[in-house]
Amino acid sequence: MAIHPPVTRIWWREPVAKMEIFWIAIAFAWGLVMFSTMVAWHIWGEQNLANEAYRVNPEAYVARVEAMADKYKVREEGDSGVPVVHPPPGSDVYLLARLWQWWPVLELEKGKSYRLHLSSADWQHGFSLVPTNINIQVHPGYEMVVTMRPSESGTFGIICNEFCGIGHHTMAGKIHVVDR
Amino acid sequence: MEAIAQSPARAVKAPVFRICSITGLRVEANAEMLIRANAVVAVIFLAIGGLFGLSVALTRWPAVHLLPAEWFYIALTAHGADVLLFWILFFEVAVLYFASSTLLNSRLAAPRIAWVGFALMVVGALMANVAVLQGESTVMFTSYPPMQAKPHFYLGLVLFAVGALIACMIFFATLVIAKEEKTYEGSIPLVTFGALTAAIIAVFTIASGAIILIPTFLWSVGLISTIDPLTYKLVWWAMGHSSQQINVSVHVAVWYAIVAMVLGAKPLSEKVSRMAFLMYILFLQLASAHHMLVEPGISSEWKIFNTSYALYLAVLGSLIHGMTVPGAIEAAQRKKGFSRGIFEWLRKAPWGNPAFAGMFLSLVMFGFIGGISGVVLGTEQLNILMHNTIYVPGHFHGTVVAGTTLAFMAVTYLLVPLYFKREIILPGLARWQPYLFGFGVAGISLFMMGAGTLGVPRRHWDITFSDAQMVYSFSPAAFLMMTLNGIAAVIASLGGIAYVVIVVGSILFGKRIPDGKERAPFEAPPVGNAVGQYGNAGTFHLPGTLVLVGVFFLSFVLYYYVNWKYLAQVWPLK
Repeated sequence: MAIHPPVTRIWWREPVAKMEIFWIAIAFAWGLVMFSTMVAWHIWGEQNLANEAYRVNPEAYVARVEAMADKYKVREEGDSGVPVVHPPPGSDVYLLARLWQWWPVLELEKGKSYRLHLSSADWQHGFSLVPTNINIQVHPGYEMVVTMRPSESGTFGIICNEFCGIGHHTMAGKIHVVDR
Repeated sequence: MEAIAQSPARAVKAPVFRICSITGLRVEANAEMLIRANAVVAVIFLAIGGLFGLSVALTRWPAVHLLPAEWFYIALTAHGADVLLFWILFFEVAVLYFASSTLLNSRLAAPRIAWVGFALMVVGALMANVAVLQGESTVMFTSYPPMQAKPHFYLGLVLFAVGALIACMIFFATLVIAKEEKTYEGSIPLVTFGALTAAIIAVFTIASGAIILIPTFLWSVGLISTIDPLTYKLVWWAMGHSSQQINVSVHVAVWYAIVAMVLGAKPLSEKVSRMAFLMYILFLQLASAHHMLVEPGISSEWKIFNTSYALYLAVLGSLIHGMTVPGAIEAAQRKKGFSRGIFEWLRKAPWGNPAFAGMFLSLVMFGFIGGISGVVLGTEQLNILMHNTIYVPGHFHGTVVAGTTLAFMAVTYLLVPLYFKREIILPGLARWQPYLFGFGVAGISLFMMGAGTLGVPRRHWDITFSDAQMVYSFSPAAFLMMTLNGIAAVIASLGGIAYVVIVVGSILFGKRIPDGKERAPFEAPPVGNAVGQYGNAGTFHLPGTLVLVGVFFLSFVLYYYVNWKYLAQVWPLK
C-alpha cells in the first residue's frame, strides 16, 4: 500500500501496464498541443500582447498624458469635468492610472489602430476593459505599449481590478468607440 | 497507554511508542504531541479564516453587502493569510510528521527544535493577524508594493516561514534517522515520497519568500528606499504559487494515504506515481510566470516556456495522479469482488465514510474545476481574458479549497482516532460534512468563474460603483452569479462549521479508544497485512478509470478551445 514501503524492493524495474503508458502518452501529447497553440497564436492569432515596454519616471509620464489631453481634447464629461480626448488614428495614446481614476476619457474610432500607452502615477492598478474582457496589469515606473484596434463601437468601461487601497472600487474610466 | 521502549543504539533517551488499535501504526510520543498541536492550531485558523471568508462572500452578495468597505478589505486580507497560509501550513506540518515518524515507524528528530519551529509559526501567524486587524496593513495577501504594510506584517510572515522551514528540516532529519536506525525496509512509502516532494518544494518556496519579504520588511522600516514592483511580483510568486504546489503534493499524498487506509488500495505502479511526484519538483517552480502574463516588459518566449511549466510537464504529473488514484481505487474494489459492469466498484465505494467521500470529491473537483481552469488561466493569451477578474479566485478555490482543504478534512477523520485516540462524534453529521462543504465550494468556484468571464473584478467592494465618478453597469447575469456565489459560500460555511464542531467535539468528548480493541465508525482495515506485489498485479483491467479519464480529457479539450474562441472575438491587440 501507499503507506508502506514498496513490496517489490527494486520497484523501478516493475513493468508498467499498457493503460498507464497509453494515458501518459496522451497527456504528454496534449501538453505539446497546448504549448504549440500559444506559439501558433503569435503567428496567426490577432490577440497578443506586445513585448514593448519602457522604464519611465511617473511624473514624466503624467506630463505626457496631460500634453496629449490638452492637444486632442474635444469636450468634458461628467460632473468633475474629465476631458474627453480624440487622438488621430494610428497615434500614440496615453492613459494614466492613478488613485482612483483612469484619466482621461478616450474617444477612439472603430477599426483604427492606436498605440495605447499604460502606466501608473502611484500604485499598481489593473486595466480591465469591460465587457470586452481585456485585462492588463499597470505598474508605476513601467510604460507598456499595446497596439489596440477597437472592433466594435459603443461605450466601454475601464475598471480597476488590482486592489489599490480604500477607493479601489470607485476607480473607473471610459473609452468611447465611434464609427467614422 | 502501552509504552514500548525501543533501544536504538545512539538515542540517549529511548523513544516511546504506542500502537494504534485501529490502524496498527506505531505512534511515537513526541511526534504525537507535535502532530496534535499543529493540527489543532490549523483547525483554529481554518475557523477564523473561514469566517472572514464568509463575511467577504456575504459582502460581495449584492443584496446583502454585509461589511463596510474598510472592513471588507481587512477581512479579505485576513482571509487570505489565515486559510491559504496558516491553516494549510500548520496542517501540512502535521502531515509531514505523520508521513515521516509514523509511516516510517521512527522517532521524530530533534523534538525540542520542532517545538521552537512550532512556536515561531504561532507567533508569526498571530503577529500578521494583529497587523491586519489593526487596519494599517490592508495590503491583501499579495502585498504588492508600492503599497505598504506595517513592519510587523512582513515580520510575522517571515517568522512564520522560518518556523515552517524548521519543520521541513525536522522532516528531512527524521527520514535520515529512520534510514540510519533501519526502522523500515527498502524504499520509503509512496505517501512519504509525496511528502518529501512537498518538503523539497517548500525549501525553494520559503527561500523565495525570504529573498523578497526580508527586503520588503527593511523597506517598510525605511532602510531601503524602493522595491521594484515587477521584481517583487516575480519573486513573491515564486513563493506564492510554488507553495500551492506544496499543497498539491501533500494533498495527492493524502489521497494515496486515504485510499490505502480506507480501502487497502495499492498504487498501480510505484514507478509511475513517483515519477509524477518528481515532475512536480522539477517543473513547478516556473509557476511564478502565471502571474506575469499581462505585465509590462516580459518577453512572450519567457512567458510561454515558464507558464507551461516547460511543455506542461508538471501538469503531466497531475494528469498521471488523476488516473493512478482512481485506478488504485478501482483495482482494490475489483479485488474485493465489486467487479460487475464498468462502475460497480464506484457505486459500492464507501460513500458514507467521510474520509473516502471527502477524498473522492477532492480528486474530482481538483481535476475538473481547479485543474482545467488553472491551465486555461495560465495560457499566455487566454490570461488577457481573465487576469485579476474574479475568475482567478474561482480557479484557486477549486484547487486549494475543493482540492487541498477538502482532502485535509477527509484525512482528519482518520487522524483524530490515530493521534487523539477518540472516536468521531456525530457520525451522522460527519457522513454529510464532505458533501456539504464540497458542493458548497464547487458552487463558489463555478459561480466566481462565471462572474469572472463577465468581467467582474476580484478584491472589489462594490461592482455597482455607487460612489464612483464614472459608472460601469454590469449585466444582471453578473449580479446573479455573485448572488449564487454568496449562497454557495453559506453552504460551504455550514460544511466548514460542521467540520470544526466534529473535530473539536471529537477531540474533547469523543469516546476514548482504548489501545487494541475498539474501532472508529469507519471501516479502516488493519494496515499491517499488506500482501501481494504491486497494485496492478492480476487486476489490470480498469475500464471504469478509463471512462473517467476519457470524460475528463474531453472536458479539458473542449473547455480549452472554447476559451480560444472567446479570445478570438476580443479587440485585436499586438
